[in-house]
Amino acid sequence: MDDWVIELEDIRKVYRMGIEEVNALAGLTLRVKRGEVLAIMGPSGSGKSTLMNIIGCLDRPTSGTYHLDGKTVSQLADDALAEIRNKKVGFVFQSFNLLGRSTASANVELPLRYAGVNHGRRERAQKMLRLVGLGERMDHKPMELSGGQQQRVAIARALVNDPAIILADEPTGNLDSRSGAEILDLLLQLNREQGTTLVIVTHDPNVAKHASRVIRLKDGCIEEDHVSDTKPA
Amino acid sequence: MFLTQNLLEALESLTTNKLRSGLTMLGIVIGVGAVIALLAVGQGASATISGSINSIGTNLIFIVPNRSTDITVRRPLTLQDAQAIGDPLNAPSILLTSVLYTVGPVKVSAAGQTVSMSIDGVTSTYADVRNLTMAEGDFISDTQMTGRASVAVLGTTTAENLFGTSSNLIGETVRISGQPFRIIGIQASKGGSGFTNSDDVIYIPFTTAVSRLAQSTDGAPDRVDMIVAQAVSANAVPQASDEIKQIIRSRHNTEVGKDDFTLETQQDILSVTSQITGVLTIFLGGIAAISLLVGGIGIMNIMLVSVTERTREIGLRKALGARRRDILIQFLTESATLSVVGGFIGIGLGAGLAYAIGLIANATGNSFTPVVGLNSILLATIFSATIGLFFGIYPASRAAGLQPVEALRYE
Ligand SMILES: Nc1ncnc2c1ncn2[C@@H]1O[C@H](COP(=O)(O)OP(=O)(O)OP(=O)(O)O)[C@@H](O)[C@H]1O
Ligand SMILES: [Mg+2]
Repeated sequence: MDDWVIELEDIRKVYRMGIEEVNALAGLTLRVKRGEVLAIMGPSGSGKSTLMNIIGCLDRPTSGTYHLDGKTVSQLADDALAEIRNKKVGFVFQSFNLLGRSTASANVELPLRYAGVNHGRRERAQKMLRLVGLGERMDHKPMELSGGQQQRVAIARALVNDPAIILADEPTGNLDSRSGAEILDLLLQLNREQGTTLVIVTHDPNVAKHASRVIRLKDGCIEEDHVSDTKPA
Repeated sequence: MFLTQNLLEALESLTTNKLRSGLTMLGIVIGVGAVIALLAVGQGASATISGSINSIGTNLIFIVPNRSTDITVRRPLTLQDAQAIGDPLNAPSILLTSVLYTVGPVKVSAAGQTVSMSIDGVTSTYADVRNLTMAEGDFISDTQMTGRASVAVLGTTTAENLFGTSSNLIGETVRISGQPFRIIGIQASKGGSGFTNSDDVIYIPFTTAVSRLAQSTDGAPDRVDMIVAQAVSANAVPQASDEIKQIIRSRHNTEVGKDDFTLETQQDILSVTSQITGVLTIFLGGIAAISLLVGGIGIMNIMLVSVTERTREIGLRKALGARRRDILIQFLTESATLSVVGGFIGIGLGAGLAYAIGLIANATGNSFTPVVGLNSILLATIFSATIGLFFGIYPASRAAGLQPVEALRYE
């Protein structure tokens, strides 16, 4: 028996623009094993971000079912989805999305606050920052950090609630190639050491090279699904 | 636990844009300041006015002849009228009565000084009814009243005019219209209250005034100028007034609607003035409330701008697991913080303003103390918090209702 952490069944997402309908996802089925590193590729407008939003429970599919970590989440209400996001999903965005007013450690604490954790938040946040190599920069604000460092803070924030999956939508897109490579290394290292399931949207073939599995989207469908032999999940 | 965290975060977010937060708060500061100052001035003024009315006596009823020309048949008020009213069997709501019969002005002399003044003939109860206290000696007694004794009680001003002092005068003689009167008491000073100086008086027994000083008695030897009745309490004044009217009407055989006397009470004045000050306070409070309202709209405006500016932040917070309620509370805390902090500053400002108004009033001779009551502070605090919450609800629920995907995409 395989341990599926993500199970998408015939997922459709239709955007209505007036009378025109856009099938951003057209009946997509996908299963992801726990501990996998999945790269999603495909041309612009192929539905990568739409798929990520549904996997991350930021949005609901128009039809189809979705099980995340054994729980049916396809038609949950807003607040229930918020709780799933909080407990089971860690997001890493292309543009980092840190709160500019708050320190690195306060940013990492944020998911714990919404989880209702009242004690030991700061300690847990600091542990995560040390894990991503930012032990010296805990009380710096985002403005005082480099792009690569900011993305590390975002990764620490994604990890702090011990989620089932980490979703990264073009995590290296705003970084130069060197810090991009470092961020990728960090994510892969976390996958190896902590067994975190990684889903990465990317245009970068170099990123895809390190994934255990690559799917290629076109017009809201999976055009190609390639499991690497060299990197078993 | 969450409350302090929310408060800290709200303060953090408000202080990132200090000028904007300050200007937004200014609306509430001015509104609350105006409410506090105007209420304080209103309360102080009405306390001063009702205080000076109360000092005259709110349970007194003054009965004087009706001077209206409509009244053709007119009987004078007499000592017997006063006694009838004073009888508890006739008028249970009345405690005491007294009369006043004024003679003069006549020449009064002592120790080589001569002045011209009116003399008040009164009964022994007058001191009790009018709340007079004696600095020295006693007031006129019943025996002196019935015995038509030649005794006098002087006010302090009169005593000083005649003797150059107001102490150690008991037993001295004062000549009124050339007749000697023995001084038996000096009335304690009541202070000049406005138009009449109540310390420039001489009281003698009513009977003495009629028999010794009156020029002519118009065939009515017991005629008085005024009867003063003291009701058992301020609340009993209307009832007592009815009793008085009944008694005098039947004694005077007056026609219906043609009373030959009129009643005056302090209550009429009191209720009119309290009505006026009440209306004034409401009016001033209303103006202040409008400025508070404008302040509240300012808060709503800024919060809406802030929600739009922070759309991405809201999307991010939702992505990280913030529920509707978390976002709602976050923004409500900000707007409530703005208005409550503004409210506290406003209370300080208003109290300072009221104090300054009090100083100016005292400097210009209108003694009154503005009262910044605990209730108006409480009112202002609750009111400003409510305004912050009320005008914060719409922006906050807009923020809370944002869809995470769209909010995250917002540029
Ligand atoms: N909110 C929306 N309303 C209408 N159409 C939308 C909306 N979001 C996405 N779409 C459409 O859905 C399709 C898929 O968009 P999506 O953002 O998933 O593409 P993508 O693969 O992430 O592209 P890119 O590589 O440029 O980020 C596109 O045709 C897009 O125009
Ligand atoms: Mg995209």
